[in-house]
This record gives sequence, C-alpha cells and structure tokens, in this order.
Amino acid sequence: MKFVKTLSAGVSALALLASAASAEISDGKVKIGILTDMSASYSDVAGPGAVAAAEMAIEEFGGQVAGAPIELVTADHQNKADIAANTAREWGDTGQVDTFAELVTTSVAMAVFEVAKQQNKIALVSGAASSPLTNDACIPTGLHWTYNTRALAVGTGSAVVAEGGDSWFFLTADYAFGEALQKDVTAVVEKAGGKVLGSVKHPFPASDFSSFILQAQASGAKVIGLANAGADTINAIKAANEFGIVAGGQSIAGLLVFLSDIHALGLEVAQGLQMTVSFYWDMDDETRAWSKKFMEKTGKMPTGVQAGTYSAVRHYLKAIEATGSDDTDTVLAKMREMPVEDMFAHGGVLRTDGRMVHDMYLAKVKAPSESSGPWDYLKIVRTIPGEEAFGTLEESTCPTK
Amino acid sequence: MLTELLGFPPQVLFGQLLLGLINGAFYAVLSLGLAVIFGLLNIVNFAHGALYMLGAFAALGITQYLGLGYWGALIVAPIAVGAFGIVIERLLLRRLAGVDHLYGLLLTFGLALVIEGTFVKFFGSSGLPYPTPKALEGGVNLGFMFLPWYRAWVVVASLLVCGATWFLFERTKIGAYLRAGTENPKLLQAFGVNVPLLTTLAYGYGVALAAFAGVLAAPITQVNPLMGSNLIIVVFAVVVIGGMGSIMGAVVTGLAMGVIEGLTKVFWPEASATVIFVVMAIVLVLRPAGLFGKTA
Repeated sequence: MKFVKTLSAGVSALALLASAASAEISDGKVKIGILTDMSASYSDVAGPGAVAAAEMAIEEFGGQVAGAPIELVTADHQNKADIAANTAREWGDTGQVDTFAELVTTSVAMAVFEVAKQQNKIALVSGAASSPLTNDACIPTGLHWTYNTRALAVGTGSAVVAEGGDSWFFLTADYAFGEALQKDVTAVVEKAGGKVLGSVKHPFPASDFSSFILQAQASGAKVIGLANAGADTINAIKAANEFGIVAGGQSIAGLLVFLSDIHALGLEVAQGLQMTVSFYWDMDDETRAWSKKFMEKTGKMPTGVQAGTYSAVRHYLKAIEATGSDDTDTVLAKMREMPVEDMFAHGGVLRTDGRMVHDMYLAKVKAPSESSGPWDYLKIVRTIPGEEAFGTLEESTCPTK
Repeated sequence: MLTELLGFPPQVLFGQLLLGLINGAFYAVLSLGLAVIFGLLNIVNFAHGALYMLGAFAALGITQYLGLGYWGALIVAPIAVGAFGIVIERLLLRRLAGVDHLYGLLLTFGLALVIEGTFVKFFGSSGLPYPTPKALEGGVNLGFMFLPWYRAWVVVASLLVCGATWFLFERTKIGAYLRAGTENPKLLQAFGVNVPLLTTLAYGYGVALAAFAGVLAAPITQVNPLMGSNLIIVVFAVVVIGGMGSIMGAVVTGLAMGVIEGLTKVFWPEASATVIFVVMAIVLVLRPAGLFGKTA
C-alpha cells in the first residue's frame, strides 16, 4: 500500500514537472492568426502577400519556437469589422490563437482591439493606418507596426507644403481611416502656414471619382490631397489624369500610396508622385535579398504592409524564443525590451503606447525613362527619423501609455 | 437662381449633371441587359457584374494578345463573352427553367463569386491599366467643365446600343417573337417557334451588353476583378425602379439615376452610395411594379 502511495506521488510529481515545462507555451504550440483582406480593395496591399510574409518569418525559425511548433491560421475579414471581431473572438476562445496579426482597415483593427483587450492577447497591426490606434483608441496589448497617418502626414504633407502647395482640398474615404488621415495632414499643413479650403467625403469603396475630382478642381486649391487608399487612390489618380487636373496647374498628393498601386497605375500616370513609405524593396542588400525571396513566393514585390507583417511576427517569435513563454505580458515586456532589428527596421523601439518607432522614407515615383523595368519604381528622397514621423511618447494621448 | 440659393455655382452643377449622365449611360446599358434576361428567362442574373468585368478583361486580352486595339475589342469582346454566356445558359441556367426565381439568383450569384474570386487570385485587386484609345485622348473645355472625349464617346456609344436594342425588340420580327416568348412561351412553341433557342440567344445578348459596358469602362477605371461587384447592386436597384423586364424603363431609369447620384455627390457626398436605394424604396412603396412596369 505504501509502495503504491509512493509510486503515485512520484508519478504525479513527474507529471507536474512535465506540465510545468510545457506550461510556458500554452496548449503546447504558438498559434498566430492573420486576419486580413484576402479578396477586396486592400488584398494587394496586405492579403495573401501578408500571409506569405508571416510564413517567411515562421520559416526563419524552422517552424518551431521554444520547443513548440508554430501554427499559422488565416481568415478573410472582407474589410468588415463584424466579421473580423467574430473571427478573432472564436480564434481566441476556442481556436487557441495566441496573437492576431496584420489587421488592415482601421475599423477592423479597432474591432479586433476590443477582442484582444478582453482576451488579453497581442494584436500586431500592420495594414491599418490610423494614428488613433496608438492614441485615443489604444489598448495595452495593441501594437502598431508599419506606419500611421501621422507619419504619412509628416512625410508627404510637409514635402508638398515645402514645395509651395499651401492650399489643400481633400478627397477623403468616408470611414475612420480617411478621417484620421485628413486630420493629421491638416495639422501638418496648417502648422506650416498652409490652409485647407475644403473636403469631400466619398463612399468606401467608390468606383467613379470624376464628380469628386471636379469638385476639387472647382475649389481652386493648389493641392488635391487623397486621404484614401488602395483601389480608391488608383481610381482617383486616374480620374485626375483624365480630367486634366495636373495640366490645369493643380497637383495631386496621394497621402497613402503603396508599391502595388504604382504597379497598377503604371509609371506613365504615376510618375512624379511623392509618397511616404515604411519600406521599399530596393534600399539595401538585406531588403533586396528578402524581397527576392518574397517575389519567388508570391510573384510580386512586397508592400510596406507585407514587410511590416514579417517584421512584427518575427519580433513576436523572437520574444517567445528569448523568454520561453507565450504568456502575453511576458512576451510583451520582452518585445519592448529588445530593439526591433531586421531588414524592415533597424533599432526600432516598441513604446508603451503600442507604437513601433522606426525610420520612414519619403520617396518619389520614377519617370518611365529612369526605371529599369517592372518594380523599379521609387527613388528614396529623404529618411524621416522615427521620432519626427511618429512623434514622442509624451505627445501620445494613449491613456494606458 | 436655384443654384445660387443652394450655394453652388452653376458651372459645378452643369458639370455634375453631365457626369451623372455619363455614369447613367453605364447603368442604362447594364440594366438593359438585365431587363432583357429577366424578361425572357425570368432569371435575376447576379452574374451580370462579373460578366461586365469579363468584358473589360477580354478587351485587355484582345488588345494585348490579338493586337486588335480598342475598336476591335469593342466588337470582339462582347461576342466572346456573349458566347461564354450562351455556354452558361445551355449548361447551367437551362436546368433551372420552371423553378423558383430564387434558384436562378443563387446560381448566378455563386457564379459571380467564382468568376471574381478566380480573377482576384490571378490578377490581384488593384487591377490593370487599359490605355484610352489614341483617337479619343484629351478633351474639350465646355466652359463649365473639361469634358474628356472618351467620356463623351461613352454616352454616344451607350445611347446607340440602347437605341438599337429597343429597335430590335420593339420593331423587328425577332423582337416580336421575344416579346411573345415573355408572355406565353408554350403558345409560341406551339406555333413552331424554337423558344429554347430564343432564350439562349436572349441570354447571350444580355451578357454581350454587359461585356460591351465592360469594354467601355476599361479605359476609365482600372480593369479590376472587382469592378462589377460594386456596380451590380446599384444596377439591380435601377432595374427595380424602372420595372423588371421593361426595356425602355431600364434605359430611362439608368440615365435618371446616374443624374440623381451625380447631384447627391455634390450636395451630400456621403449619401451618394445610398441615394439610389432610397429612391428604390420609395418607388416600391408607391408603385411596386416599378415606374415603367406593367402592374399585374
């Protein structure tokens, strides 16, 4: 009897030990859930390319971290906040997902923030751009990686004002992102002594921009600022071209333009456009090597959102590797402690308001004669230091910073 | 006077009216195709937007690989896509003859998702550029606005096609058969007319109209896999307002809705995506059969 007791005590002690070893990694695996737009307006900007980028980060770890396998699940949120929130909730409650990643479209990111806050899970935002995500709408576990509307305003907005574009008219996508972008650019323009003559809010997504372009033309503003993204930006630039906006002396400022947009427009139409980017494939040997691999996988060059997804997922996994745990608070603390160091960001700092601060770049679209072929589209004009782009932590209005 | 009251200079208003008319031309051609199909097949063709997109992609392919240019594409693309429509009708839609409308709607909706999904997979969501034909580059300054020649051409081409369709249906023998087929297909068959063939041709023609609109749209918007999905719902509202199956109704309502939408873009831009549905709701309450529909 005594023997049985001792034996059972020994067995349970062993069992306890074993479970203690793997308890650090919940459910014995690290599961990353990518919620992105796989089929609509932003699927070229993020979408399947963002999934591929996350896979590349996971491959770097050999599919394993801290002795546990890494799993990736993906879902198409169709730019709808309710679909995104429901999927995230299900993933978190019963799907054993440890972190939500990518999250393009502001309304989606905000809805997922709500779920991440309730479930105390990390949200790695790459595609959504609105600066409120690390200000008024911030959550302790929400990390904003790639860029934000403030950085875009500081980059493109300032550059355009400096060239004499001191009166603006906005074409703004009628949802949280468009509003945030217009607000941030307006602040930059007014600070530099320029003024905003008016704006028009267009439905998202919109297919015909001729009416809005005509209203912008009638405003007499020197600059027509496009506070939209993806297919909307492409169609607005096309309409501006068709209705002779530039020939008439006004200029177009695309406030959020992606490499995929330039590819779709063609250099003939897009040349001379200024854009603020978080990443360009042709910056140094590291970015070129990574992008070449990405190209082999997807047939396209990466956008900043896709490269940022890679960086965010990689840094998350690095923190798990370093701590041997996937506990949210432990990982988060480690992610903040370690500088973000990869081909996307050098010495990137993750702040307590959730902002990942790294350098941004002002770029100009090449003329067809300057380009050596497909994807050779940009020249980097200026490096915008991280703090100038994103502001200081003191300026952040995040209540939990 | 009125424009001053509303706080908009007349130039802006004229410009918007014209732009509304241009967009209305697209609505007219698309809803015309839908009306033809509904009239003959009693099918609510939800694949119409996808077929419109196919027209634009066909134009791109024809221009790039067959070297026929825009004008060639304007003729060949509708024929090619129309032929594809005939295949759909023969292989799939035929099997749904005689069952509830809902089945046709679901089948064509599914088809649209498959076609669009496949194109997004291969071409992405940003679309591909299609150059404006050389002969129609540039534009003319009308005083109140700069009118690109191409947009003017869109209106002319659309009205010509709508006119030709009206003539075909209302003034020719085939048209008489088609209308008879709508009223009483069994009786028509008894007179020795090949009704199944008529239905197939009507579907092919409706699809060709969608493709034609797609080719017209290609130089204006990107050739984008999703270009039809945004448009199709609006076009359905137009058909409902005009009266299901009414040819004249489809054309007139298409143009009118374009204008109403255009004006909304000035006075209340945020509502421009909704205004047509508001009109639809009002029309359904007051005249359930639509403005031009025959009350049963």
